[in-house]
Amino acid sequence: MNKVVIIDDEPLARSIVVEYLQQHPSIEIAAECNDGFQGVKAIMQHKPDLIFLDIQMPKINGFEMLELLDSTPSVIFTTAFDEFAIKAFEANAIDYLLKPFSKERFDLAIQKWNEKKNTSSKKSIQSLLENTTKQPDERNRIVVKNGSDIRIVPMADVMYIEAYDDYVKIFTKDTYYLKKKTMNYYEQVLDSSQFFRTHRSFIINLQELTKIEPLEKNTYVVLLKNGKKIPLSRTGYSKLKETLGV
Amino acid sequence: MYVTWWIVWGCIQTWVLRHLELNWHEAIIDSLLSNGLLSLACLAAIILYRYYQPGKSNRIYRLVFALSITILYSITFKWIITYLLGADEYYIDFLEKSMPVRSIISLLMLTFLTITNWLLYNIQEQKEKEQRRNDAEQLVKEAELARLRQQLQPHFLFNSLNSISALAGTKPNEARKMIQQLSDFLRGTLKKDDQQTVSLHEEIEHLKLYLEIEKVRFGHRLQVDINVDCDNKDVSLPPLLLQPIVENAIKFGLYDTIDDITISISCHFENNYLQVQIKNPFDSDTQQANEGTGFGLSSVQRRLFLLYARNDLMTTEKKNGQFITSLKIPQIKK
Repeated sequence: MNKVVIIDDEPLARSIVVEYLQQHPSIEIAAECNDGFQGVKAIMQHKPDLIFLDIQMPKINGFEMLELLDSTPSVIFTTAFDEFAIKAFEANAIDYLLKPFSKERFDLAIQKWNEKKNTSSKKSIQSLLENTTKQPDERNRIVVKNGSDIRIVPMADVMYIEAYDDYVKIFTKDTYYLKKKTMNYYEQVLDSSQFFRTHRSFIINLQELTKIEPLEKNTYVVLLKNGKKIPLSRTGYSKLKETLGV
Repeated sequence: MYVTWWIVWGCIQTWVLRHLELNWHEAIIDSLLSNGLLSLACLAAIILYRYYQPGKSNRIYRLVFALSITILYSITFKWIITYLLGADEYYIDFLEKSMPVRSIISLLMLTFLTITNWLLYNIQEQKEKEQRRNDAEQLVKEAELARLRQQLQPHFLFNSLNSISALAGTKPNEARKMIQQLSDFLRGTLKKDDQQTVSLHEEIEHLKLYLEIEKVRFGHRLQVDINVDCDNKDVSLPPLLLQPIVENAIKFGLYDTIDDITISISCHFENNYLQVQIKNPFDSDTQQANEGTGFGLSSVQRRLFLLYARNDLMTTEKKNGQFITSLKIPQIKK
């Protein structure tokens, strides 16, 4: 028996998936969720083999929800219209259903999943998340998880980001959050007028910068408002001067 | 007009010549010939200017042209008049003396003609240029207004169709009703002309159609509260002006919170303005970084500016977790 979770904020949109699934007796619907928060909970609880996931949802979108998962099940996206997302799906060979979709198209997606489910789809999901063009909202926030607590951190609250093995540590005033992303990813995604990569392992929020201090001959550190010292590489130093216009 | 001018001019010349001790016979022939030739020369110039207008860079052509016609005229005139009245020595003597004056008069006339023609042509061209620019501006404005008005959200359309698809299986009657609502709504968005205003009643009815459709999709979360208090006054507004604001309110309300939401729309009449207020809840924690008003609202602002040439007709504020958009629509007295 395969378990699925359906995540979509429109009840009617979920009901059509439920209806089409009735023809597939080997699939059991473990949960239906209204939003990404419920989605994360249901996925942790039921460990489904497959999820149907809408992209545009309240608070956190489908991609942000996937980023919160420790292990990603197979995903079939259901979406009405999102040209960037669709390009990303095609590039990563992940199946997606464009609303409204027919029973035949739905069955085809299930069939594809049946054929592929033994080969790993984790990689394609990972590369999808890395490569999807960010929606405007996503540039302004980072969605993080602490245990079972999901938080939406506005970018303005982020003081700096530090590399940490396969993860990054995202520092805010009071605490830090771990996120499985690369420094290169954040360097590309973040607004370059607001965030600056000072060093291979550090990105700082320019709003927090108070001072550039020499450390030894030809080496520098930047001083943040809270007193934290962040290393500044030599190329970082000249680039930073350029950015600040000094 | 042209002929009258030459007849008058001819009479004056005859009279002048008569007083310069020429006999009537000679005075008339001289005047007829010189004015006839000169009028032909001017006519030739007019016709030429009609087909060829020297450009800005070769303005000098006009002068050269006037000068050459004068020379041509003088030679031709002298040759013919000598042939006609050459027997009278007193006249020939007079002719020799008067020739420079005649040439100068002819040159002045042609120059005058050239300058007048040039001025008229320039004025004409200016007018046409102005006209063309106005036409172009009007076209751009209309196109922009049309584009701003018809910003149909593909999300809305496809998601509505998906809801219909879902209803069709289990509740065909509701599916049919929703198709009806969607059709009425789409028809409403297509037929509107920006130059005309619609009554508030009509606009609200159109909004209700839209909201009914959204309620089918989000009925479990969406509440709408419409309050129109205009004392049955005849108030009107540009068509589909409120729609993007309500769309924006729904988008922020529904996607920025996970709770049930109420969108409220209230309208009242004050100081010759129709005042509209649209409120939706939003999450102040996550939206603080996002100060943008969204494309929907900026398009409304732009439309109001194109229609009324004012930028102060729409304002937004955030208060107690509510995002409030306020509009003032001037009412033109009939």
